[in-house]
Amino acid sequence: MKRLMNRRPNRASKIFLGLLPFIIILLVYASASSQRLAENADDKLLPSFSSMADAINRMAFQEDKRTGQYLFWTDTWSSLKRLLTAVFFAAVIALSLGILLGVIPYLHANFSPLITVISLIPPMAILPILFIVFGLGELSKVVLIGIGITPFITRDLLARVLEIPQEQLIKAQTLGANTWLVITRIVFPQVCPRLIDALRLSLGAAWLFLIASEAIAADGGLGYRIFLVRRYLAMDVIIPYVVWVTFLAFMTDYLLRKFSKFAFPWYYQASNKA
Amino acid sequence: MSILLEIKNVWKQYGDAVVLEQLSKCVSAGEFVTIVGASGCGKTTFLNMLLGTESYSKGKILLDGKPLPSEPSQDRGVVFQRYSAFPHLTVLRNTMLGAELSASPFLGIVFNRRKFSAIREKAEKMLESVGLSHALNSYPHELSGGMQQRLSIAQALMKQPRMLLLDEPFGALDPGTRSDMHKLILALWKETGITIFMVTHDIEEGFYLGTRLWVFDKVRFDPHNAEAYGAQITYDIDVDQSAKRRLKKELELELEKSEQAFGASE
Repeated sequence: MKRLMNRRPNRASKIFLGLLPFIIILLVYASASSQRLAENADDKLLPSFSSMADAINRMAFQEDKRTGQYLFWTDTWSSLKRLLTAVFFAAVIALSLGILLGVIPYLHANFSPLITVISLIPPMAILPILFIVFGLGELSKVVLIGIGITPFITRDLLARVLEIPQEQLIKAQTLGANTWLVITRIVFPQVCPRLIDALRLSLGAAWLFLIASEAIAADGGLGYRIFLVRRYLAMDVIIPYVVWVTFLAFMTDYLLRKFSKFAFPWYYQASNKA
Repeated sequence: MSILLEIKNVWKQYGDAVVLEQLSKCVSAGEFVTIVGASGCGKTTFLNMLLGTESYSKGKILLDGKPLPSEPSQDRGVVFQRYSAFPHLTVLRNTMLGAELSASPFLGIVFNRRKFSAIREKAEKMLESVGLSHALNSYPHELSGGMQQRLSIAQALMKQPRMLLLDEPFGALDPGTRSDMHKLILALWKETGITIFMVTHDIEEGFYLGTRLWVFDKVRFDPHNAEAYGAQITYDIDVDQSAKRRLKKELELELEKSEQAFGASE
């Protein structure tokens, strides 16, 4: 018998082992739900799969009587729009700041303490300020997500830029590069895959801030809907929405990873990253 | 031969600690200077001064009669022991980089197809002369240590610099690869006529490659303050066959002593 730490599952059993917890959770839920519904058919806490399917059908495939919209899709669209806008601007700002501060010592001395301090501000604590300054519209939500994730990504990228060996930067200068060309040909291309890593890590926080801001003030969005139907204990809507949000988060992460592997093969081969 | 580099009474100090003192030398174009010395004697500091990444406290260094720029520039090619190749570029693009940078000051990327293929051709020729023709589309991490150094030399030679600075370039290679690299660097040196400065900790290598061997060592000692005096160039040997045999033994003994002295002062 080999030691436990040296025994490895093969491919098929890996897949099975990975799926097993999901299956168990579904089974436990199904039995708990049917038990509760057997005692009280009007129980709202653990709705059956069929009532959740009804709810999805109602939300996603039938027009809302009041607004004439397919709420599930309009919610998804407005949430994703906010999230992607914020993540896009966060990426652009963090990339520029991280590279400039990492390459130019004067800018580093000038701004890196400020960015450290800003990154320590709890974004939720300044949400009221954002609502006061930017109003209750789209902008304040986008700004909240942006403020929540930009300092983190910036600091991460800054660290990655500083990790580039001095030898490379000196070599580039002997090959005729000035500061700008070092940025465009050496630093920027090497930091791109690391930007995607940082984005993947910060997406969880981005969703958190999105849902939070939608819960407080919005007229649409996945977070808004979840908190709205909470008043009616509509677990049959809440649970599918949460699953859907989780799925969207998973998909964005998956697509980012796939894109990164496709676009920056040297990064994954060299570092043996998954 | 014309004088390429003049070093006039150069000193290097960190605060009160003197690292290098009274360096005065002239180097003609086309020489191959190898630099040996105990570890910690300042030979890499000296090379960095030639490279422009390290300043000097006193004195002057003139390249072609003009003060040496105090930051790395195209006059001086460099090959480090490690990390000289760019991991995100293929071997070919690594080699093309220098030419691309000077052809396109805005982004450093050449989009003009004719210019691009001219640069490409030149890079392919250069890679052929260092023996990397078979690996044009590989990334540096796919290359062995010796091949990475070949790439780094090719990158540097593409710019046709006034001098080539090598900082223990073969220190991390196994003996077989190292002797291949010796042949390569000698062949390239003869072909291009470029001036080379090379730091090494291996005297044998220094004697084999150089036309001129410099030994860095301390001449003056203050028993109460090890840092009061810096290293000087104690030997400046015109390497020919007889000199090799005569001096090698002596030097080995001396360096051993000096190595111990530096060890004791640490």
